[in-house]
Amino acid sequence: MSNFMSRKDLTLFLGFAAVVLLLPILATPFGAAYPDLLQRFMIFGIFAVGFNILFGLTGYLSFGHAAFFGVGSYAAMWSFKLLSLNAIPAILFAVVMSGLFAVAVGYVSLRRSGIYFSILTLAFAQMSYNLAYSVLTPITNGETGLRMTLSDPRVIDGLFTSASGAPVPSLFGMSLSGWNGFYFTAIFLLATFFLSMRISNSPFGMMLKGIKSNQNRMNYTGFNTRPYTLTAFIISGMLAGLAGSLLVVTDPLAGAERMQWTASGEVVLMTILGGVGTLVGPVIGAWLIKYFENIFSSFNDNVLNNFYSFLPDGLREVVVAVSGKFVGEGWHLSLGLLFVLIVVFLPGGIMEGVRRIGARFGHMRKGSKSSARVGATAAVG
Amino acid sequence: MQTNKNVVLHVADVHKHFGGLHALSDIDLQVKEGETHAIIGPNGAGKSTLLNVIIGRLAPSSGAVVFDGNVLTGRKPHEINQLGVARVFQTPEIFADLSVIQNVMTPAFAKRDGAFKINMFSAVENERAIREEAEHMLEDVGLIDRRETHAGALSRGDKRRLELAMCLIQKPRLLLLDEPTAGMSRHDTNTTIELLKKIKSRGMTKVIIEHDMHVVFSLADKITVLAGGRIIAEGAPDEVRGDQRVQEAYLGGAH
Amino acid sequence: MFEVLFLQFLNGLDKGSAYALIALGLTLVFGTLGVVNFAHGALFMIGAFCAVTFRQLLTLETVTVDPNNLSPWGTPVEIRAPLVQAWFGDFGAILVNYSVPLSLLLAIPVMLLIGIGMERGLIKYFYKRPHAEQILVTFGLAIVLGEIIKAIFGPNPIPQPMPTDLRGAADIGAWLGMAPGVITYPLWRLVYFLFSAGIIAAVFAFLQFTTFGMVVRAGMADRETVGILGINIDRRFTIMFGIAAVVAGMAGVMYTPLLPPNYTIGMDFLVISFVVVVVGGMGSLPGAIASGFLLGILQSFASMTQVKAIFPGIDQIIIYLVAVIILLVRPRGLLGRRGVMET
Repeated sequence: MSNFMSRKDLTLFLGFAAVVLLLPILATPFGAAYPDLLQRFMIFGIFAVGFNILFGLTGYLSFGHAAFFGVGSYAAMWSFKLLSLNAIPAILFAVVMSGLFAVAVGYVSLRRSGIYFSILTLAFAQMSYNLAYSVLTPITNGETGLRMTLSDPRVIDGLFTSASGAPVPSLFGMSLSGWNGFYFTAIFLLATFFLSMRISNSPFGMMLKGIKSNQNRMNYTGFNTRPYTLTAFIISGMLAGLAGSLLVVTDPLAGAERMQWTASGEVVLMTILGGVGTLVGPVIGAWLIKYFENIFSSFNDNVLNNFYSFLPDGLREVVVAVSGKFVGEGWHLSLGLLFVLIVVFLPGGIMEGVRRIGARFGHMRKGSKSSARVGATAAVG
Repeated sequence: MQTNKNVVLHVADVHKHFGGLHALSDIDLQVKEGETHAIIGPNGAGKSTLLNVIIGRLAPSSGAVVFDGNVLTGRKPHEINQLGVARVFQTPEIFADLSVIQNVMTPAFAKRDGAFKINMFSAVENERAIREEAEHMLEDVGLIDRRETHAGALSRGDKRRLELAMCLIQKPRLLLLDEPTAGMSRHDTNTTIELLKKIKSRGMTKVIIEHDMHVVFSLADKITVLAGGRIIAEGAPDEVRGDQRVQEAYLGGAH
Repeated sequence: MFEVLFLQFLNGLDKGSAYALIALGLTLVFGTLGVVNFAHGALFMIGAFCAVTFRQLLTLETVTVDPNNLSPWGTPVEIRAPLVQAWFGDFGAILVNYSVPLSLLLAIPVMLLIGIGMERGLIKYFYKRPHAEQILVTFGLAIVLGEIIKAIFGPNPIPQPMPTDLRGAADIGAWLGMAPGVITYPLWRLVYFLFSAGIIAAVFAFLQFTTFGMVVRAGMADRETVGILGINIDRRFTIMFGIAAVVAGMAGVMYTPLLPPNYTIGMDFLVISFVVVVVGGMGSLPGAIASGFLLGILQSFASMTQVKAIFPGIDQIIIYLVAVIILLVRPRGLLGRRGVMET
């Protein structure tokens, strides 16, 4: 094992795996322990971890990653419609398709860096989104979104059984709804996390960090940086496609709005919130945002009234009215504020906060020796 | 007696003009194996243009730069490096976000694995050979105690040492130094010169672009003096020091 | 054929004007402060909602119920009396009719305050931080501003009527000596174009002919040197941010009759405007204007049925497609300078 993974990494991975697999229990006190939500924790965790390989390690800020997510969704759906209800071919097909799309987009966009790269990726994503809504309607079914029907051919399934009942994705006949779906997606998150750890600790990952830190030096050091960035881009696009396909597995509807730039912005947000360039950060960011979205947005005035029931009537109404703007329909407002605060005060995201707190405790225990490295934690950008 | 040595770098009859402005004219110089060759000249003499031509960043209007039998003009920076040319910049170019030891390991990977290799199935900490080599290099330049520090936190003098270590670990056939002591305190300048002298004893070929005479005379085997885009003198330090034209164009004018 | 093309050209002008105005502000901010401001579209949106607010204030009514005056259904008739009309009579009615252009009076001071407040309160802490962080913090700010507008005005678009006198169409063909009715162009769009052209001219004149503008231009070229000269460049840049906000706000106000504003309008325009700025060349004011109009007009041509018949869906992607091509062929955009945003 030691040749393959250091003890520290093994501990991190096992700890992460334990948290993920025990989520149904751990999330209970937060009222988040239902499969639908936890599936999305896993799926967007994959999306964010993949995005981080490009943005966090390599330093290229893509504003169009939702396009790969969307391509993954559509590809998986077509596999369900044409080939089989089995999730495995759907996922494979989705990963391949989004990977091919990433080759094309990455090849063009990576010719530029900085904001020009961001705008190029944004442009490709907006084109995909607009086309999905207009001329590509035969493939995407436009605004309605693509879903399965009984009359789909499903050639592979047709060889073995005759269709019966409403079509739902499965794994070799095993249903993927509910907790099954959660564990199915959880395995993919663990695999993705493992891959991200491997990349980050490998020489390849060190080259990516070198590109982020000083591309000029990398060139004069003898590296051809373009294939490195392209590889990172493709890996990250394929993981986005994987996430997109898993979303279709658990919720069989593929719509164009998943490719919109707001969806691309969301994954940026998740990564920043958790901590750019860290291993666990993007996952935490994704979980927090999905948690806010689902739990926070379901708050309404009744819930708030109960919450503030200790306040006198007049005051309570005011407080409820004001805080009502931040929850329910207005949860995006809280999200935006949180986002601004994080970037202003904690650009390294939650992981940097954890590190600072950890360092403070270490500081108290060990005296003044350990603070030197904290000041130099990796910056965003 | 030097004629037996190989010519490593040959700048062959290079001209460079920007529109009507002749930045370089009739530049022809040969750098021999193991030699420390300094190119000096007052500001605006064409030193930076020449360096950029050598490194392939600017194409000469006519003439060519040949390194070890390869024409450098038109090649990308990484290709030139892979041929065996390493470069030290005016302001140290290092990986500020990586640790000191990682800064030195990175070029060692380029040397071992080439310009591109997807090497994601081994862990950096298991690359013992490269790590040892890097540590050895850091000992050489006196940064071994800081191996885990973030490179961005180093002083300017230490960044220069680090950058040198990053170049040296590749054992380049030619090391280009662009004003290695520019903007440095007296103390940092002196330590850098000491370090360069130490390297010199290993017989690596070096080209130094410099305008600080103090640095040049203590290091160079051979000096080429540029003024107005032309070579006005060339020779051993003592010859150049005594040259009338050099004193007029350079020493008299600039100091 | 010429008439058709000319008409499409005209149709592209109003959208092009809006792009150009937003891009102008973005470029001013980027050129002076070096900040990539993703919240700039939100300023356009706030401007639009200044118009909404102004009209709501103008149309405040008193509602009196006369218990003796019953409607045929037996309920008391409500008598609504607009306050403005009650106070000013016919003049009040004119005010309401011209609410959109008049709301510029509200928008200008409001936008100036918001702009300066934004710069002093948030942006100035980001001058020295990486562009990625600037993008992120202003992106977050844009979400916040959009959501505040949504919380106040609701999610649905609020139509703003244009003044009745400007509702018709201008027979531009007849002005140019063609047969009447060949080329007609909605009057308000013409107004919008002329208004935009006026603003653009004013901003350029301001930068060109005033001492203030001269210092700002010098600062755009070389901030440090100007700072060394002992000129307080920071304060001027703050004011420039305010001016950029005012330009965006005015663009937003005047656009409301063409597109009923809601809280997403800022982001919709921002995404395109960023493409516009990058196509024009980051930091180049003439580039921003030129590419704003260029893309607006191209978009208009692309939405012709004849064009769509050949390239289906081209109207949906033309702007982005042009952006991709230009960025690949001319890395710094149409008129961009070397060394801007490249590290």
